[in-house]
Amino acid sequence: MSETDAQTTLFVRDTMLPPQPAPDKVSGPLLWLRENMFSGPLNILLTLLGLSIVWLVVSTIGPWLMHSVWNANGMAECRQIIAERYGPDASGACFALIRERWNQFVFGFYPPALYWRPVMAFTLLFFALAPILFMDSRKARWTVLALASVLGFLCAQLLGADGQTLIVITVAIVLWILVIEYGRSKALLLSLAYPFIGMWLLWGGSLWVEIMILAGFALAFLAFRLTQPMLGLIALAVAAAVIGVWWYFLADPAANALEQVIPLGLGKVPSSQFGGFVLSITIGVAGIAMSLPLGILLALARRSDLPIIKMLAVIFIEFIRGVPLIALLFVASLLLNYFLPPKVEFDIILRVVIMVTLFASAYMAEVIRGGLAALPRGQYEAADALGLDYWKAQRLIVLPQALKISIPGIVSTFIGMFKDTTLVTFVGLYDPLKAMSDTVRATFAWKGAYWEPYIFVGSIFFILCFGMSRYSMYLERRLKRENR
Amino acid sequence: MKKSVFFGTVTAAALMASGAMAAEGDTLKEVKARGVLNCGVNTGLVGFAAPDANGNWSGFDVAFCKAVAAAVLGDQTKVKFVPTTGQTRFTALSSGEVDLLARNSTWTFQRDTDLKLDFIGVNYYDGQGFMVRKDLGVSSAKELEGATICIQTGTTTELNLADYFKANNMTYQPVNIDSNAEGEQQYMAGACDAYTTDASGLAATRAAFADPENHIILPEIISKEPLGPAVRHGDNNWGDINRWVLYALIAAEEYGVTSANIEELAKSSQNPEVQRLLGTTDNLGGMIGLDADWAKRAIAANGNYGEIFAATIGEQTPIGLARGLNAQWTQGGLMYAMPFR
Amino acid sequence: MVQYPGANSPPFKLSMLIYDRRYRSLTIQAVVFILVMLVAAWLINNTIENLARLGKTFSFEFLFRRAGYDIPQQLIPYTSDDTNLRAAIVGLLNTLQVTIFGCITATIVGVMVGVLRLSPNWLISRLMTVYVEVFRNIPLLLWILVVLAIFTEVMPQPNAYRGENPQAHMLLFDTIAPTNRYTAVPSILMSNDPGVIPLGREGLNWAVVWFAGGLVLAWIAHRFLKNWAQRVQDQTGRRPTTWWITALMFIAPPLLLSWYFGLHLDRPVLKGFNFTGGAKLDNAFVVLWIALTLYTGAFIAEIVRGGILSVSKGQSEAAFALGLRPGRTMSLVVLPQALRVIVPPLISQYLNLMKNSSLAIAVGFMDLRGTLGGTTLNQTGREMECMILMMGIYLLLSLIISGGMNVFNNRVKLKER
Repeated sequence: MSETDAQTTLFVRDTMLPPQPAPDKVSGPLLWLRENMFSGPLNILLTLLGLSIVWLVVSTIGPWLMHSVWNANGMAECRQIIAERYGPDASGACFALIRERWNQFVFGFYPPALYWRPVMAFTLLFFALAPILFMDSRKARWTVLALASVLGFLCAQLLGADGQTLIVITVAIVLWILVIEYGRSKALLLSLAYPFIGMWLLWGGSLWVEIMILAGFALAFLAFRLTQPMLGLIALAVAAAVIGVWWYFLADPAANALEQVIPLGLGKVPSSQFGGFVLSITIGVAGIAMSLPLGILLALARRSDLPIIKMLAVIFIEFIRGVPLIALLFVASLLLNYFLPPKVEFDIILRVVIMVTLFASAYMAEVIRGGLAALPRGQYEAADALGLDYWKAQRLIVLPQALKISIPGIVSTFIGMFKDTTLVTFVGLYDPLKAMSDTVRATFAWKGAYWEPYIFVGSIFFILCFGMSRYSMYLERRLKRENR
Repeated sequence: MKKSVFFGTVTAAALMASGAMAAEGDTLKEVKARGVLNCGVNTGLVGFAAPDANGNWSGFDVAFCKAVAAAVLGDQTKVKFVPTTGQTRFTALSSGEVDLLARNSTWTFQRDTDLKLDFIGVNYYDGQGFMVRKDLGVSSAKELEGATICIQTGTTTELNLADYFKANNMTYQPVNIDSNAEGEQQYMAGACDAYTTDASGLAATRAAFADPENHIILPEIISKEPLGPAVRHGDNNWGDINRWVLYALIAAEEYGVTSANIEELAKSSQNPEVQRLLGTTDNLGGMIGLDADWAKRAIAANGNYGEIFAATIGEQTPIGLARGLNAQWTQGGLMYAMPFR
Repeated sequence: MVQYPGANSPPFKLSMLIYDRRYRSLTIQAVVFILVMLVAAWLINNTIENLARLGKTFSFEFLFRRAGYDIPQQLIPYTSDDTNLRAAIVGLLNTLQVTIFGCITATIVGVMVGVLRLSPNWLISRLMTVYVEVFRNIPLLLWILVVLAIFTEVMPQPNAYRGENPQAHMLLFDTIAPTNRYTAVPSILMSNDPGVIPLGREGLNWAVVWFAGGLVLAWIAHRFLKNWAQRVQDQTGRRPTTWWITALMFIAPPLLLSWYFGLHLDRPVLKGFNFTGGAKLDNAFVVLWIALTLYTGAFIAEIVRGGILSVSKGQSEAAFALGLRPGRTMSLVVLPQALRVIVPPLISQYLNLMKNSSLAIAVGFMDLRGTLGGTTLNQTGREMECMILMMGIYLLLSLIISGGMNVFNNRVKLKER
């Protein structure tokens, strides 16, 4: 058609007109405004409503934030400074409180000279997570590892770790990075050992205790391997017996003896000195790390064909999910000591971690069950066709895929649990939100500071949880892409 | 078949557990073996027990824990302070989590008997009072008809308040609060007309206000609140140790033994009672399983009862409590140590 | 496992318990069961030992002793002379009250926000995103404490409403007055009260019976009407318009009854320093209710948004192509499909809200945990009994809620044939 046009018309334009900007009404910010905010009476109304909400929030909080004071020794001084600067009627935030006490909000009553230890435990957490979460994208992995190691190292240095410690830290970091880069399966083993490393860093004591506990697993595995050809399933019982005997009778003397020969001790920090975000993160991470294996077992049990095992799993999961966490925390603080033999003493953090673990494992089991159910049936059938037995099929075919699908759910469970760690305040632990704020406020200098601690603690929770939820959404999107 | 297996295991477990129950009720031995005294305290009540920015505990109840540690373990720093809430305090004690509960708890019949606690004495005679704003124009608790009253849940004050208003045929609107800090906040903001708790707590709270002169503590004390440390029922020796540490502190004040002059008095005092107290003569400590210097160490730790009072909650501190009922019996108070003989 | 009668099964040997798949599952179950029972027996045994060591007994007798404490907010009459059992029931009712109110308002907030988040209006959708993210990522405890602080610090005292030129004004046409002590709301009064049916210490007002009866009758009539309309439609092909009859049936009797009983709102009025008339809601309740609503609302908003997005665009386009109006498209095509996605997570949010209501501890609201698991436990020292009872009740509530919602879920579920 264009050809005929070209031949029949007398005039052919051979140069293009310079493009004109679209008229104001159909482009530019005005159009955007009209289309997005004022496209109809309802929309106009909504926009006005939204604007008024924004205005209300800004006009009430804005001046208060603008008048904030960052340098003062108490509320009285704060008020005085605000009155001097902005007139007698002005009200302002007194963030000097945070400036003076932020150590307490973050580390609780942890000995200041040892602040580097929780920092390192937190840093190494990312190393432990790297082979699980960040293995698919080298860029993400390197960014995370580099950021974690540099920040961790700097913090440790600023918080007063001595030269020798810094050297050990550097060597450990470099070695771990090398393992992650060059031996994935070994890195996974290190990740499995992380809870013990973290425990050692936080509570101190002799590293040999943790090593001996790990050695129990190794021995049990060895015993299982050696006896399985002869005994088959009974080998499991043998392994359990080995681990029990080792832990109950031999681990402690062995650790003591080894400590005598090669001391690997850090100064002990009692649980009563834990508080603030160190406490929250410790409880949260410990709960998730320990609830993961438990959750997997429960999920498998709930999907199992064996009616009694299935029933037990269902009872446990539904019981835990039907009861508020506060009730379980009160069980930890009021009743758990009754359930244990008379002379056994558990400190309250350990008891809370146990209850939180049980709590999280029920939710975890449901998340993983979802992952198992989402796995195409063909995978199970393929595993059967290959002649794998139940555990081999689970270990080699089903669980790796199901867990991968469940990661976003696991992350959301973690977010929920991390937020819930604030409830430990009701059993007398110093969580950052209520107990710490109350402690700070109970001193005469800071009486009457209500909003500042809430804002500070709230923002930190927001940053952590929001970051994690974004990450889990990213994972979810990626999984969707991969499964397509 | 399953059933019999089940019962068999139950018996086995029972046998195992009873085997482990050998050393029963020997708290002293346990504490010595552990090397640390676990002491249950308030989560934060300035003056009585509160941690500072570094987690160092101080206060009136804390000083008692330290004195016990000094007497039993020879070192007043060997205390692990276990913060307990109003909810968890008694269970912490009865389940063995703490060896001693020094958390301004009222000595009542039911707690002493049914809850299986043993109160070892009274270290602070208190009573429940009311604080109101001056401009409310109220001068007596009898005028609080219809008032809104802030009250901490889970304490004896809650029961006393109900009883008091019932006995006087008055009505009130309770505003339940969770902690002392929250109570202060609510009262300051005017969410309640009156704040009720132990009079000592009211004084401490009022002292911390920016305008203490605008608040008055009403004259009525509606209950007796003898606050004292408690131990588990059943271990009498451990109870004795704690009881006599408390008496040692009180007696020391009576006889003028202070942390400053204790070394000197131990050598030179001619008063036979002081000699017995400080272990110069008659090894009293041996009778309760301690050494002769137990009371000396307890007193030297933070001073005698009067010194502890003055340093933590006395008139020179921001809390500013007068001795009142808690003065020595020789001064018209109720503090009366049993004879050291 | 199909056993063929002809197949000669080998004689049973003990080793078959482990190596034969037919018996192995039985062995495993028996072993696990015995192990679990062993652990349970061990725990129970420890408990008995420990209780005996402390000289404590296990009995629920304390439930019938005098409670001795007052409860600010009560749905049934209660004084400090009542038993601990009654206090626990008052607490349970308070839990239920805040749960039900919270679920209703959280659903309203959640649906509104979820829909608005999808609105083309840039400002509104961003605002809603901010709301959802902020509330979802900060612990509920903080929101409870913040709302509490707002109520105590920012809300006026009752006497601020006083005078010619008051500092504070009542909301919603002078009906609601939030103060820092209580929230005064209107209550319903009757000028022609028919009296109550005495039921122990409570009473059931005749008016309630009448209203309930009216509604039931209206519903029965409505069913008949529907059946009749269906028959007419089957026979003639035209469905008679019945909506106005239905509406009339449902609206007329309550109106009539209201007029007969002289139903009117009793508005709170400031007399002296305090409000009289109307009802005073305990602020602990209001704070908890608002915080739970806002927090759970954010989660429900996400669920609703996800549900709406899950219905593919083709569905509504197809509905439009069939000539359905937007309203009917929503109610007949989009909503039923979205509900299928929304309901299961919504159930778990309701359960979460019920469980989270135990955070009442932070504001001193006397819910089940505050009474049975709080003051009663503390005053009687019966932690074992109180905790077991409390957890049992919570568990029962959860099972009832999830059971009820599952029934609903089965009705909206896509019927796959």
